[in-house]
Amino acid sequence: MCLAVPGEILTTEDYGGNRIARVRFGGITRQAFLDFVPEAEVGDYVMVHVGFAISRVDAEEARRTYEALEALGLLEPEPGTEE
Amino acid sequence: MKYIDEYREGRIVQSLAARIASQTTRPWRLMEICGGQTHTIMRYGLDELLPASIRLVHGPGCPVCVTPLEVVDKAIEIASTPDVTFVSYGDMLRVPGSRNDLFRVRAAGGDVRIVYSPMDAVKLARAMPHRRVVFFGIGFETTAPPNAMAVWEARRANLTNFSMLASHVLVPPAIRLLLGSPGNEVQGFIAPGHVCTVMGYWQYEQLCRDFQVPIVVGGFEPADLMKAVSMLVAQLEEGRVELENQYARSVCREGNLAAQRIMADVFEVCDRKWRGIGMIPQSGLALRLEFASWDAERIFDVTGVTADEPAECISAQVLRGLKRPTDCPAFGVRCLPENPMGAPMVSAEGACAAYYQYRRHSIR
Repeated sequence: MCLAVPGEILTTEDYGGNRIARVRFGGITRQAFLDFVPEAEVGDYVMVHVGFAISRVDAEEARRTYEALEALGLLEPEPGTEE
Repeated sequence: MKYIDEYREGRIVQSLAARIASQTTRPWRLMEICGGQTHTIMRYGLDELLPASIRLVHGPGCPVCVTPLEVVDKAIEIASTPDVTFVSYGDMLRVPGSRNDLFRVRAAGGDVRIVYSPMDAVKLARAMPHRRVVFFGIGFETTAPPNAMAVWEARRANLTNFSMLASHVLVPPAIRLLLGSPGNEVQGFIAPGHVCTVMGYWQYEQLCRDFQVPIVVGGFEPADLMKAVSMLVAQLEEGRVELENQYARSVCREGNLAAQRIMADVFEVCDRKWRGIGMIPQSGLALRLEFASWDAERIFDVTGVTADEPAECISAQVLRGLKRPTDCPAFGVRCLPENPMGAPMVSAEGACAAYYQYRRHSIR
């Protein structure tokens, strides 16, 4: 129910007082309201939940998190090789 | 897909499992509160990658599962009204009411429709001025702002044929209840990443302090959840009690202020009954009085018929994390996703349905 999927903003437009984006999720494109993320721009990734962007993905934080995970993956021995 | 695939890499998840195993010296019992996280854990078998001493307990974070029976009955009554088009998120249609469900209302000729977004319901109301369109507004704090926007938009456009049957629930009061209950054995919490995307995590800092329990805000991909478990185990092993944020790419301390604003404009906090748990004070959101014209409960005179859950269903204990779905004698026999006895078997995020889908062949 609280599922939110990251997608890339392709275009934005104003529509009847709302700011709406076309957002690409892998192969498909859907419309999303940007009312909660007024700062989001074309090229940004947003987390979309029931047709609304609820956050702009913080690319810097994402890079940091992933690098920490990646480092772990490279430094730890393969599972099963211990003992 | 960017921001998804990289958090599903097997070698990273395996490394995190190895790290958790090497961190753990004692048994720990952790709870993930959100049904979306429960689903990820079951789907990827994360619980089976963890050392036996770490037990994950599944919390009541499935809005479909905790929507009270009376509200489901009200929905069924409204949906059965001839000039009503009843609109809902898909999972709610199979939730058993006391005598019926929304799918059966549809089979009997009722106009019951599934939408992806609450704004689709507003669009329907615009397109069908001769019908009364009622949207079933359920969900946690993640979903409340989009639902609020739909009501806001209906008022702005002066759509008099749109209304909402609102039954929103809030996470922190439920955690407070679980931690304060005498039988509680949960020692650490994974806080729901998308609820915190909207609300921030300052409320959870308070829970940490009040109950002296470590909390980590976690994401929804396998690497996110394994990392969150690892952070919790580190805190428990070192005797620290802190709020940590694993899901920083989406969550900040204050949350999404624009979303919180619209939510506060349209809804007010109320007492709410949770299916399987009972009344939790100040744990729900209802439409404010100024939106009475869009409040389906006021428009339709629905007096819910109350009925008891099937006696055999142990969903109350499952939703509190006291029992596993597989402890239930009806599980997979008399209670199935096609014919659920209790709500946790309905939604893909319900603990019983997740166990049924991914674990029914490996039950001891």
